[in-house]
Amino acid sequence: MFDDRSPIYRQIADQIRTQILTGALKPEDQVMSTTQYAEFYRINPATAAKAFQQLVDEKVIYKRRGVGMFVSPNARDLLQAEFRKRFFTDVVDPVVTGARNIGIPISDVIARISELAARDNGSPETTKEDNR
Amino acid sequence: MSASIEVRDLTLRYGPVTAVDGLSFNLEAGKIHGLLGRNGSGKTSLLSVVSAFRKATSGEVRIDGEPVWENPRATRKVCFIRGPGDTVAGDWPSDKISDALEFASDHRPDWDPEYAAKLIDRFGLDPKAHIGKLSQGQRSAVGVILGLAGRCPVTIFDESYLGMDAPSRYVFYEELLADYLAHPRTVVLSTHLIEEVSRLFEEVVIIDRGRLLLQDKVEDLRSRGASVTGPADAVDRFAEGLSVLSSRQLGSTRSVTTYGELGDDRLRQARAAGLEIGPITLQDLFVHLTDTERLPV
Repeated sequence: MFDDRSPIYRQIADQIRTQILTGALKPEDQVMSTTQYAEFYRINPATAAKAFQQLVDEKVIYKRRGVGMFVSPNARDLLQAEFRKRFFTDVVDPVVTGARNIGIPISDVIARISELAARDNGSPETTKEDNR
Repeated sequence: MSASIEVRDLTLRYGPVTAVDGLSFNLEAGKIHGLLGRNGSGKTSLLSVVSAFRKATSGEVRIDGEPVWENPRATRKVCFIRGPGDTVAGDWPSDKISDALEFASDHRPDWDPEYAAKLIDRFGLDPKAHIGKLSQGQRSAVGVILGLAGRCPVTIFDESYLGMDAPSRYVFYEELLADYLAHPRTVVLSTHLIEEVSRLFEEVVIIDRGRLLLQDKVEDLRSRGASVTGPADAVDRFAEGLSVLSSRQLGSTRSVTTYGELGDDRLRQARAAGLEIGPITLQDLFVHLTDTERLPV
């Protein structure tokens, strides 16, 4: 169920982040409890709690005393801002390095991006829908 | 109901052999603790003193703050399941499983007979079967049932999976977690099958040659171990200031296992330098930590 590439709690946190980004979890939705996570994934509840704590620290979810964990109203904005911040270092930089390694001129990469951008400009509706 | 375990300067000697050598640590109440150590590291000796099966040579063990030795108030809170079976009094091996359950129900104040019956079913056992005629795996299952249905504040399983096939072990792990969630208590699991159970642990104690090697939250421990692969000089630069537990080389590529805090900056720099960083499993970490002579810094 989990790969061994990263700690389980990080994978749970990533899973919840993805659910928020895709809209599967909406603002003020209740997140499954640590007990439910523990039962479902057969892990110690403290491991699930550690994932939750990470998301609470990032203000993506918040705790209602005695009730449970809920998605923050601005969770999606926070996550998008966070992913935007990392986008260039995590996604663009490796592309540039990769291109350099195999001798593709950067100008060719830029040309490709411009080509895709021009194609995408034909369907602005999708982009708007995605950002809702 | 759960209880804490306090081990203070504990030493246990068998004649000239020192099995437990000045051990001190606390196990917090209400958690699942993993007890790891190589063969002959003193795990069973330690657990025998914790459960008052054996008298310490020096030092002591306290359960919820009370000395456990010859103290029924404390020993009542502890259930020690040692390997397969060995938990039934009376004229073993002619006892039946049902006799063992009855004996447990007489002596365990929180015994849950319905849960025991459910477990008998899940492990596919016949309550009328004689314990002496069971296979080792089936006897382990009986031990597990006595431990789980006893709902003791401190429940200790010492290699209680011996001889069990994989499906039975998975039943054990599944039931242990489910029953722990429903009835939180202090659980100590001593095991050599680290990969199978490490997900159940909250904290881990590793002992080596009767001494404490380390005690930590399992997720923190895991986050401190990393495997780093890449160009040898870049790997060496990354590993500076970390303990290197193992190192292998293939041509100009080096792969090391490191132990130590990895900050986000360090990780980012490493990825930028083209290093491949992956977590290592608790089992690998255990193998490396108990393989080296020195303690990691």
